[in-house]
Amino acid sequence: MPETRIVTKRLRDHPEDSWTIERYLATGGYEALRKALGMTPEAIQDEQVKASGLRGRGGAGFGTGQKWSFLPKDVYPRYLAVNADEGEPSTFKDHMLVERDPHQLIEGVVISAFAVECHQAFVYIRGEFALGYERLRRAIDEAYERGYLGRDILGSGFDLDVILHRGAGCYIAGDETGLLSSLEGERAMPRIKPPFPAVQGLFAKPTVVNNVETLSTVPAIIERGGDWYAGLGVGRSTGTRIFSVSGHVERPANYEVELGTTFRELIEGLAGGVPGGRSMKFFIPGGASSPWLMPEHLDEPTDMDHVQNDLKSMLGSGAIMVFDETTDPLLVAWRLAKFFAHESCGKCTPCREGSGWIEKILYRMSHGLGRPDDLDLMLDFGDNVVPGLNAPFAQTTICALGPSIMSHVVSLDRYFREEIAERMGADTRTRIPVAAPGGGGR
Amino acid sequence: MAFTPQNLTHAHEIVARYPVAKSAILPLLHLAQDQDGWVSPDAMQEIGRILDLTPAQVLGVCSFYSMFKREPVGQLVVSVCTNVSCLVNGGPELLRALEDRHLDDDDVSVEEVECIAACDLAPVMQVNYDYHGPVGVEAATTIIDEYKSRVRTPRTISGTRVDAGATR
Amino acid sequence: MSQWPSAWEYVLPVRPGPDQVTITVDGREVQVPNGELLIKAAQEHGTYIPRFCWHDRMKPVGMCRMCLVEVEGLRGLQIACATPVYDGMVVHTQKDNVRKAQDGVLEFLLINHPLDCPVCDRGGECPLQDQTLAFGPGESRYIEEKRHFEKPTPISDLVLLDRERCIQCGRCTRFAAEIAGDPLIDFGGRGDLTEVITYPDDPFTSYFSGNTVQICPVGALTAKPYRFAARPWDLTTSETSCVTCAVQCRAAVQSSSNRLVRLLGVDSGPVNEGWLCDKGRYGYEWVHADDRVRVPMVRERGELVETSWPEALDAAAAGLRKVLDVHGPEGVAVLGGGRGTNEDAYVWSRFAKGVLGTDHVDAQLGDGLPADIVLGLPRATIADCDRAAAIVLLAPDLKEELPVLFLRVRKAAEELGVPLIDVAPCDNGLTRNADAVVRYVPGEAHDVVADLVRAFDGDRTGDDQIDRAGSLLTGRDGDVVVILGRPSLAEAPDSVVRAAALLGARPGTRFLSALRRSNVHGALDLGLAPGFLPGRVTLDAGRERFTDAWGAVPERRGLDTSGILQAAVDGQLHGLVLLDADPIADFPDRRLARDAIANVDFVIACDAFLTESTRAANVFLPVTVWAEKPGTASNIEGRVQRVSQQISPEGTVMSDWRVAAELAARFDADFDLETVPEVQDEIARLAPAFTGVDAALLRRARDGVVVPLGEHDDELVLDAAGPPITDASWEPILPGTIASEEGVTSHVGTGVVEATGTGSTTTVKPGLTEVEGPQGSRAEADALGSAARDAVAAGPPLHEWDRTTGRSPAPARDAYALRLVSGRKLYDAGRVSAASPSLAPLAAGATLLVHPSDRDQIGIADGEEVQATSGRGSVVLPVRAAPGIPRGVAFLSFNQPGPGASDLIDAGAAVTDVRLEMVEKRS
Repeated sequence: MPETRIVTKRLRDHPEDSWTIERYLATGGYEALRKALGMTPEAIQDEQVKASGLRGRGGAGFGTGQKWSFLPKDVYPRYLAVNADEGEPSTFKDHMLVERDPHQLIEGVVISAFAVECHQAFVYIRGEFALGYERLRRAIDEAYERGYLGRDILGSGFDLDVILHRGAGCYIAGDETGLLSSLEGERAMPRIKPPFPAVQGLFAKPTVVNNVETLSTVPAIIERGGDWYAGLGVGRSTGTRIFSVSGHVERPANYEVELGTTFRELIEGLAGGVPGGRSMKFFIPGGASSPWLMPEHLDEPTDMDHVQNDLKSMLGSGAIMVFDETTDPLLVAWRLAKFFAHESCGKCTPCREGSGWIEKILYRMSHGLGRPDDLDLMLDFGDNVVPGLNAPFAQTTICALGPSIMSHVVSLDRYFREEIAERMGADTRTRIPVAAPGGGGR
Repeated sequence: MAFTPQNLTHAHEIVARYPVAKSAILPLLHLAQDQDGWVSPDAMQEIGRILDLTPAQVLGVCSFYSMFKREPVGQLVVSVCTNVSCLVNGGPELLRALEDRHLDDDDVSVEEVECIAACDLAPVMQVNYDYHGPVGVEAATTIIDEYKSRVRTPRTISGTRVDAGATR
Repeated sequence: MSQWPSAWEYVLPVRPGPDQVTITVDGREVQVPNGELLIKAAQEHGTYIPRFCWHDRMKPVGMCRMCLVEVEGLRGLQIACATPVYDGMVVHTQKDNVRKAQDGVLEFLLINHPLDCPVCDRGGECPLQDQTLAFGPGESRYIEEKRHFEKPTPISDLVLLDRERCIQCGRCTRFAAEIAGDPLIDFGGRGDLTEVITYPDDPFTSYFSGNTVQICPVGALTAKPYRFAARPWDLTTSETSCVTCAVQCRAAVQSSSNRLVRLLGVDSGPVNEGWLCDKGRYGYEWVHADDRVRVPMVRERGELVETSWPEALDAAAAGLRKVLDVHGPEGVAVLGGGRGTNEDAYVWSRFAKGVLGTDHVDAQLGDGLPADIVLGLPRATIADCDRAAAIVLLAPDLKEELPVLFLRVRKAAEELGVPLIDVAPCDNGLTRNADAVVRYVPGEAHDVVADLVRAFDGDRTGDDQIDRAGSLLTGRDGDVVVILGRPSLAEAPDSVVRAAALLGARPGTRFLSALRRSNVHGALDLGLAPGFLPGRVTLDAGRERFTDAWGAVPERRGLDTSGILQAAVDGQLHGLVLLDADPIADFPDRRLARDAIANVDFVIACDAFLTESTRAANVFLPVTVWAEKPGTASNIEGRVQRVSQQISPEGTVMSDWRVAAELAARFDADFDLETVPEVQDEIARLAPAFTGVDAALLRRARDGVVVPLGEHDDELVLDAAGPPITDASWEPILPGTIASEEGVTSHVGTGVVEATGTGSTTTVKPGLTEVEGPQGSRAEADALGSAARDAVAAGPPLHEWDRTTGRSPAPARDAYALRLVSGRKLYDAGRVSAASPSLAPLAAGATLLVHPSDRDQIGIADGEEVQATSGRGSVVLPVRAAPGIPRGVAFLSFNQPGPGASDLIDAGAAVTDVRLEMVEKRS
């Protein structure tokens, strides 16, 4: 099954210059904006975006039109914050979109800002995206020069300023309210909700936070209609998504497919499957925060609701990581635990302390110093971070990083309990309490 | 003074973009790092003065974000990813080899980083935030040496292209 | 702190509903205000939900996650600290899932916490320890290495940080940023390596740093003076007022083995909201100073020698009688009294005015405002700042002189949006919080205030800041509160008095006095002022009543301190009583004070220390000090609150009022006053402003009594203890929850956890007085107020300020001179700082601050010395440039160690101009 390229069409067709304004205009760029400016904001929100069924592509999968509709009436100024702080391990789609089709993002931003009646948008771009920043910077300048940004855009009377803001190395700034804290110049700590950003967001003003892929999809929806988009995909998972496939596959890359495409089509079809004739041991379907799936799940469709409700995982950020039979699941789990311990902001006790505790235990377990009851210990105290330990995750923390620290532990329990028991039994002769070294990133 | 007169002017332009001055703290820290190669104590104090914050507040923010170097580093910062897609594709081995090679190299600082969103290039590294991957040890050392000899032009420690002027 | 940036008004959304709503907590229905935070609403009705990060006086942050509870209909568990209640809310705080989650949080907090409780100051009053002891498992499941930090690290001169004990609740960092406005500590790093940081070489030099120690729920922050000083279970506690300054914050004073070891802020809503300044908190040390005088002394052959009390009192009486016999009553004066209790002041007033017959009595030392004004102001309360139309500062730097009032005004301006107008000769601690900044040249305050008043009335003056100030009143209800004090000791009060009169002439203006000394308001209220008798009545108005009661009152109005000292220099004064007064240090004109005391024949000092002034005494009578005697004190509002005796004084010392009564007896006047309550009852009977404020009422009034009672009965709260579920000292200590009968003390340190199960607990503090709630007493309070109103109306009229204006305008400044401004700094050479080992090193010394261009004009660098010369004298001082000082003005802090402002100020001059010259560099 081939890709269904909507958002990635231009950058695939014209890899040599897809990010330039010339190429953008030559391939129909900013026509959707022209069309949108002829509509009413309500029409864009309701007849196009809401009708399209578009759901946020950052991870939570919340309905985009619905999110916009939460803005309180008649409260101004409002802000649009664009989340380009892609940091979920193994996700690299927004990185590509920003670097290789920045004007598509800008056009989506202008249309969305017009739809939510906001005149200042902030693009929070991950600090490490040096080239992406550069290209987006230039694209914004070009958009100003040509009247797609600034005062009286295309003679419509609509004004919009876009401020490009660089992050500085921090996963949690990719959380919706963590991003707002960071944009306000604070430590990027997520905030208590409610108040939700739509009501009191950036600078305590109503704010919409949308992901790069989400906004990059908006021009196509305007151009071809919300109903057209809703006709793609499956169930409540309409349209296409870009899946970042990596790990043990022949052709690691981003693939844009209609939602509902099976994991097998993505992993074995598009990405070429596990190389070297080896077999797959497990895969992670939606970024580091999502519980793992097994080869038996390969024929399941990429339907957000199905993956969450029936497979007890999530499509999250759309990052699929594939691990072959030689992989030590404990090592993968430890590396993910180390990531979350490093990136926990430190605000909520269960996450701050729990993430470090899990990392230390998994380090021991993956380095020959495990104990037979280590897995149960983690599950037991982990239940105080994620009561119930079952997707969709409940949490005792403010943001979703809390439950994320348990995904891989839950996965080890689901699929590798016996293997681990066997290994830990073998390891029990080493019963020395050991401190995990801080490790490079910590 | 921590900022050059030109950068100081630029700093005030950055502050003016935001509804609230404090929002400019990350851009100003990047600006300082672009200028000096690290965020010096002087810079933190000056940023505090510009934004009406105490140095403790500036340090509190600065120390939250891993891109800011609060100690001097080499002219080249080599960031090697070891998160899972790189983990299973040789990232840790690459890291270890580069760390060993540049242990006593004042020009090159090698660091382990979390996923840098280029897993299709695993194992991937950045040299001053320019991506290189997939790279084995040999390819990586060649690239680093090209930067060292300026066959390749590195960005600043904050990843700004040198010919692009200061962070905008 | 990053979660709720204080500049932005993030508000927890409240569901619409009636003002009072019904919620069900663990099956019990209670009525609570709609939108109140669940954690608070539950606590007010007897359900204590455990917490570490939440503090009632700060914004919720939701960090520690300890207060997780179940709210029916909401997914997952909710943090009670950030959940506003709504009608019909059903809450479970004891269910298994809730207890499990709370226990889980406790376990997470403990994994990296060092279990060094036996050597931790918090041990014994620590919520982490208490809850672990009550419900925790016997051993830890955590076998990994705990995180380590270097510890303890001093983060200021007074506070040490142990980062291993820290549980990252952010109480300290939020206090520093939100409440104190000194964000010198913050969180650094992230994840489980998050730590409280200061910037290197920029310590947490906040005047309020001790509050962070008090509210720290664990032993992460400890105070140098209290470190290892006592164990909480050994402490006895009583509720009292701190009388370091005239705000008189409510406090819990604690001792161990008859030594004061700790002062904690009590959360009095009307006064201090739980906060103390560091000078007040640690200034108890002076009580135990080694150089306290504890035995009476008389001068024999030029030397003070120890003697017995009867002999000392006889000598004092004989000396006074001799002066009276030769020179009459007007040959004697009494200076001071502002550091004693109201009872001390009253009995001394009765002795001086009723027995000696002199009206040369003044509790102020030339560093305040005329008593006619202070006693006649239409008064505001501290809480009026919260709801004022605007606050006008016409006062010295509140941060330096009345620090906790500074916190209140800062809160009003920053959090409550009350416009703040800073009228002063130079920048001060509140300037950055001010909405309009109006500067005047010393001596010309009335000119700018005249413009300000015009701007208030809608005129444009052409001055940006004044016009801005005028516009701030638009659309605001309520009174304008003027905080009125002596902005500078280097100028006579006249210009400020005239300015105040202009403001006072506007309807809807009320004043909060900013006189700083300890109980100076109590002393003035009880008659230690020329021209006044106890209870805010003039000599003439009160003559009949007091003549009846006392036998006599002075014929004529006497002199104030300036007049008394001048009379002494002129040879008109022959006997002087110094009541805890050190005019040579405190009077603005040191030479005049020194010459005056040297020129008086017979000096009696009632004091605890030998000072330059009291060294001249012929008779030295050692007296008890704060915490060694019970009584009452009146603060800047005129609020009368009880101060407690917490320790027995060492040596043979006596209360000031007893000294007065003993001396009176030697003049054949039997006051018939044996106990403090008897004195209080006599005050209530005779002093008009204190009508009804008798010993019984003072015992029952939780927040004290603002006099006159008839005008403030709505503030009277009778018999109300807080709900008896406060925890240890890290939680707000509510007034009335510590038993404080004289001589009776209680334990406050230890929160006792009722070990009936896991999770939310009810903790009961021993020693709580459980009495009826305020509602039943409202009618009684109203009745008492009404009776007091009637009684006052029938008696001598209370003094009212007639707003007559002051003297001549100031002379023009010489172009080569700088006009001097002088005010106090928190830490100075005064007794509390100088005799407290922890505080003494904090006095910065006198430095002349000038505008950078004035400094450049002199041609020297910061820190170099200049010779400053006024018409009065000359001193050599270092100079520093400060941008907050206008050109042509120099600021010099008052009463720092060594030569200083009082060597330059002429008490007789309207202003002080100084010339600065480079000092010849010695080779």
